[in-house]
Amino acid sequence: MDAFLLQVLSGLATGGIYASLALAVVMIYKATHVVNFAQGEMAMFSTYLAWQLIQWGMPYWGAFFLTLAISFVGGVAIERIVIRPFESHDATLSVVTVFIGLFLILNSLAGWTWEYTLKSFPSPFPAEAYLGGYLSGHQAGLFAVVLVTLAIVYAFFRFTPLGLAMRAAAENPVSSRLVGIRVGWMLALGWGLAAALGAVAGIMVAPLVFLEPNMMGFVLIYAFAGALLGGIDNPWGAVIGGFAMGVLENIMGVYVVGTELKLTVALVIIIGVLVVKPAGMFGRTVVTRV
Amino acid sequence: MPALLEARELHAFYGPTHVLHGVSFAIEPGGITALLGANGAGKTTSLRALCGMIATRGEVLFDGRPVRGKATEDVVRLGVAHVPEGRGTFASLSVEENLRLGAYSRRDRASLQTDFERVYHYFPRLKERYQQQAGTLSGGEQQMLAVSRALMMRPRLMLLDEPSFGLAPLLVQAIFDILRAINRDEKVAMLLVEQNAAQALDIADHAYVLETGRVMMSGPSAEIRSDDAIRRSYLGY
Amino acid sequence: MKPDWRIAALAAGLIVVCALPFLVSDYRTFQFTLVMVYAIALLGLNILTGFNGQFTLGHGAFYAIGSYTAAILMAHYNVPYWATLPAAAAVCLAAGFLFGLPALRLEGLFLALATLSLAVAMPSILKWKGIEQWTGGVQGIVLIKPEAPFGLPLNQDEWLYYFTLAVAILMFVLAWNLLRGRVGRAIVAIRDQPTAARAMGINSAIYKSVTFGVSAMYAGVAGALGAIAVQFVAPDSFQVGLSFVFLIGAVIGGIYSISGAVFGAAFVLFVPHISEGISRAAPQAIFGAFLIVFMFVMPVGIAGFLRLAWDWARRRIQRSSHVTGEAS
Repeated sequence: MDAFLLQVLSGLATGGIYASLALAVVMIYKATHVVNFAQGEMAMFSTYLAWQLIQWGMPYWGAFFLTLAISFVGGVAIERIVIRPFESHDATLSVVTVFIGLFLILNSLAGWTWEYTLKSFPSPFPAEAYLGGYLSGHQAGLFAVVLVTLAIVYAFFRFTPLGLAMRAAAENPVSSRLVGIRVGWMLALGWGLAAALGAVAGIMVAPLVFLEPNMMGFVLIYAFAGALLGGIDNPWGAVIGGFAMGVLENIMGVYVVGTELKLTVALVIIIGVLVVKPAGMFGRTVVTRV
Repeated sequence: MPALLEARELHAFYGPTHVLHGVSFAIEPGGITALLGANGAGKTTSLRALCGMIATRGEVLFDGRPVRGKATEDVVRLGVAHVPEGRGTFASLSVEENLRLGAYSRRDRASLQTDFERVYHYFPRLKERYQQQAGTLSGGEQQMLAVSRALMMRPRLMLLDEPSFGLAPLLVQAIFDILRAINRDEKVAMLLVEQNAAQALDIADHAYVLETGRVMMSGPSAEIRSDDAIRRSYLGY
Repeated sequence: MKPDWRIAALAAGLIVVCALPFLVSDYRTFQFTLVMVYAIALLGLNILTGFNGQFTLGHGAFYAIGSYTAAILMAHYNVPYWATLPAAAAVCLAAGFLFGLPALRLEGLFLALATLSLAVAMPSILKWKGIEQWTGGVQGIVLIKPEAPFGLPLNQDEWLYYFTLAVAILMFVLAWNLLRGRVGRAIVAIRDQPTAARAMGINSAIYKSVTFGVSAMYAGVAGALGAIAVQFVAPDSFQVGLSFVFLIGAVIGGIYSISGAVFGAAFVLFVPHISEGISRAAPQAIFGAFLIVFMFVMPVGIAGFLRLAWDWARRRIQRSSHVTGEAS
């Protein structure tokens, strides 16, 4: 029972990371109906930026917030410069190829700038254990940070005029224009927010896995699985799905299939959800008219 | 008095298809103008063309300033509120959020509360349902919401696309009465696209009759209404 | 007279291709062999994504299955190298069909996601301790390159080149035949207007699953050939990057055509920083940028561009011949 609780709690902690990244993916999906395959690489790049700032002597939290700001601007820039020209291109093919291009650019830029050696990333949280030894200091801190971040994002969308406008733009761009919303900029802001969210996820996961250019690969797959599980067009679902994936990963890894096949579990979940209920647990099934 | 909105030799295209062929009309400040015609005459297209939602050629002047070719959101911010075909409400958002969005582009947010009250005065039903998800409202309520959202913009001109569509006759009458009141009390000019010509001519001062993308006829609504030939050929009654 | 032109060009090309191993070094011959291997793989991808509109990011996974099938049969069961090809084809045809069945209901990005997961999970599946006795675990399996049969005066690289060439020609002719006829039209109809296709009586479900299977089969045959050529299979050779490489190659070569597979394969092999697997150099950033610009400017790929250029040239020639006709 003890060990089980340990797995569940630490699963919730890592689940928070998946939840943040899943939320970023769903935000962009809701607004644009495309899944950002490069979300993980953007997060990884942000994490390197944070690392660099810390190397240059900036205090942790200063670097943290500065990185979030830079990531936000970066996300807006990427949307305006790289994604915008393809807005009219319907084909999944062009869009995905562009994302792959983005993926490659970010991945190799990171490798070229900072090399491929594993780096350790500091944690701002005390090392001692919490909750009777079930959670390490970092896990507990990570969990808190993720919850605060998600709460802020929720409050932004729910209570601010800009958040309302972004929700409107995602749901009905035509009507949004009719009330004067500059839909293009709303999309760009969405990307910025998603990039900042990704940065949080990356910075929080780095102390656990060591910083290297390919570190977000599997995190992204888990995030996808979580987002699909919860419903690809439902932000709440994405968050719940992310946490669920964290717990599932641990439970499956320890009790069922062993750690090597953990990624396969994510695969099975993804396929399973897509086959059985593509809308996920909380998503809406979309009916397409002929 | 210079026209509030004027279209001169306006052409419109859906992709390669030429749907409006040099349409010209003018709307006086504070008046109600009706745009009539059968299905496919180009009425909805005209409204879309005015708002920059489709490809166009020609001239559109709002308050004497050219607006053709501007992005929809920029035309709208000049004071034109478009209540589109199908209402265009944000289905997953609440009534209140829909109304708030109407006021999004306004600088003077402070008077938001008075605007809410004004809207609820015209449409008390909306006040009862202000937390309800817009998608779950009935057709008539959605139409009320759409008009209210437009009102929240404090527009100088309201474009209404088939407000009677899918509504029971009594409700249509009620909504048209309210439109007339809004026009009179809030001094909002209106361009009304309608297939229900009788209702439209009832409240309009002036009317244009379209057929296959051209203006066939125009004049004070009393004239149009009393001309039997026009009524039978173009308005179907 | 276009038709004669085309056949003449093809014949000339064939002669050059057959003479190649005697004109270049052994290493180059080996590289050209790999180009043909990739071309077969890309052809499968083009059939599935270009012609049938089913988006796959998992092509590398089926290539891996083909490679491992060949390797296991050769290393553990002493199956001769040429017999592994039909085996790999059969295994992948079945695997692809089985994967295609549930994937039927997925569109666009969802299908991309599902196939991506397959690609990502493949290395860890291959490393699984449970099947280690066959797969050789992390170390993989080492193979021996085949000798030329019947005492032909060819060295290993040359023989493999001709063997691969024969297989490639076979596979291409097969595809050409398939896509030319009713089946091909049905496949394209499903891509362009799925509902209308169903309304016309095309059993979409079967066609789509079978196309998935066929595409996987091509990848499998290519994988088997690749394993024989490289003499080695290991889980880390089949990372997700491979699927990306295939997709990129197909897109650049021209995903909507058969010839595109060849251009794409050449591109993939000879633009060195990709063919080393998604690895370690800043040139890749430039490549990524190139990819994005390319998609914007020339989404039909090299093959498509050549076709457009050819059509344009032909029209110019026709126009000028009309003018001279009238003048006289």
